[in-house]
Amino acid sequence: MSALLIAEHNNKEVKPFTLNAITAASQIDQDLHVLVIGYSCEAVAKSISEIPNVKKVIHVDDAVYENYLPENFTPVVIKNSENYSHIVCSANTFGKNLMPRIAALLDTSQVSDIIKVISGDTFLRPIYAGNAFATVKSTDAKKCITIRPTSFDPAPTSGGSAEIVKTDKAEVSNLTKFIKREEVKSDRPELGTARVVISGGRGMGSGDNFKLITAIADKLNAAIGASRAAVDAGYITNDHQVGQTGKVVVPDLYIAVGISGAIQHLAGMKESKIIVAINKDGEAPIFSVADYGLEADLFEALPQFLEELNKLNTIQK
Amino acid sequence: MKILVAVKRVIDYNVQVRVKEDGTGVVTENVKMSTNPPDDNAIEEAVKIKESGKAKEVVAVTIGEDKAQETVRKALAVGADKGIHVKVDGVTEPLAVSKILQKIVEKEKPDLVFMGKQAIDDDCNQTGQMLAALLNWPQATFASKIVVKEKSLEVTREVDEGLETIETNIPAIVTCDLRLNEPRYASLPNIMKAKKKPLEQINASDLGVDTKPRIEQIKVEEPPKRKAGIKVKNIEELVQKLKNEAKVI
Repeated sequence: MSALLIAEHNNKEVKPFTLNAITAASQIDQDLHVLVIGYSCEAVAKSISEIPNVKKVIHVDDAVYENYLPENFTPVVIKNSENYSHIVCSANTFGKNLMPRIAALLDTSQVSDIIKVISGDTFLRPIYAGNAFATVKSTDAKKCITIRPTSFDPAPTSGGSAEIVKTDKAEVSNLTKFIKREEVKSDRPELGTARVVISGGRGMGSGDNFKLITAIADKLNAAIGASRAAVDAGYITNDHQVGQTGKVVVPDLYIAVGISGAIQHLAGMKESKIIVAINKDGEAPIFSVADYGLEADLFEALPQFLEELNKLNTIQK
Repeated sequence: MKILVAVKRVIDYNVQVRVKEDGTGVVTENVKMSTNPPDDNAIEEAVKIKESGKAKEVVAVTIGEDKAQETVRKALAVGADKGIHVKVDGVTEPLAVSKILQKIVEKEKPDLVFMGKQAIDDDCNQTGQMLAALLNWPQATFASKIVVKEKSLEVTREVDEGLETIETNIPAIVTCDLRLNEPRYASLPNIMKAKKKPLEQINASDLGVDTKPRIEQIKVEEPPKRKAGIKVKNIEELVQKLKNEAKVI
């Protein structure tokens, strides 16, 4: 049997986490097919067909699929699921929203957010905010799996030439209507894939003070993150939240500023390669995961940090 | 309008979870348990809708061992009218939970079902979406704002890109994010009053749902530990370490 991956895209481009999910899915089964559901998304189907890991692209195109409503995506996946042993998707808000709806109709117990493929039926996944790792074996004939994208490298995007098969739309549901999407546009690297992330917490004190973080992010070409406390306090928008119920990030360098290090925040960043913590409370739990800790007042430390960075001849981008 | 809210008893979010030495799970004996945090937001929202006059009744349901009743009692103490405890022992996967909830929905006939978007123990993030599929109802997941209209719901969802707003028909399933509201605390008089509110007990086996796990847990282990770091004296030293030792800038 083969694996079927559901691509995430915006009808123009493939979303980067789809590439990580493709890597994981082809570890499950090399005969990997990708389902592209959308509206006027020929370019997406074409670019996915060029990924060497992909053996076939199934493309379903209709206006009803423009806004990825799970009530309409699910019947398409079910209709095309027959010949597959695994249905796979990335475990971000797209996949988390969609996959359980599919799994329930296939009467399959979904395995969420895997970080390692051990075999075709056995996977490693974090539980309790990453404080424990569970090895789990699915006994269902058809398996529904979501993939933690940051645990797998992105697949190469060129060199392949998979066949693209167009197929008809499925039954349409009118249960839900899309109203609007408020995307936060930014020239910065995406939080989930950035090489460097600098995050602020409640210690920032205000949204305005995040400009201290922004200045350093500009210098390091970093994405900006935040703790839940900072988002709850309204300092910054929800798309910046790192943690158990926000985004999981694994950058080469993670700088936590004014973040105490609650369990739920650590869940989102403790796999980062190098962690820096700047906090005036020397007992803050964030220091227990930091490679380099600096006990200091962030309002003094951040301007100094910028000054020191300005002195460097070169900075990696 | 009637709102059913599903709540789950989990290890308290402030507890540092420890893995059992024999690799069979995590330590739950003598550990503080609480309601799953976003389930508190789900109850709060349902109670607020009732207080605004748009709903008549809020029913709280939990599925689990006897002690899971505590979460229903807590829901009753903050404003739910009636509780249901579906008794199951052992592991109940989200698929089985959603099948049980489907039976409860058929019996109670609510217009809306609320629950937290994710339980902080198994971190599955599945039950609401699965229940919506089984009932063929619309789903509004990760809700940070809910507006109840005459025949529909307008829900703002927290997604990776920012915020998304959808309108769903009623009946609907909503899974709640932590930013939906600020859950209230139960006052002592209300905790006492809650003891007199009805709490129905049902055995899962009487509902005709197969709750046997489909996923075998082979082992549970500690994640790899990070090696201890160092404290630097000042920013100069930090930048020097990042540049020359870690080589990340």
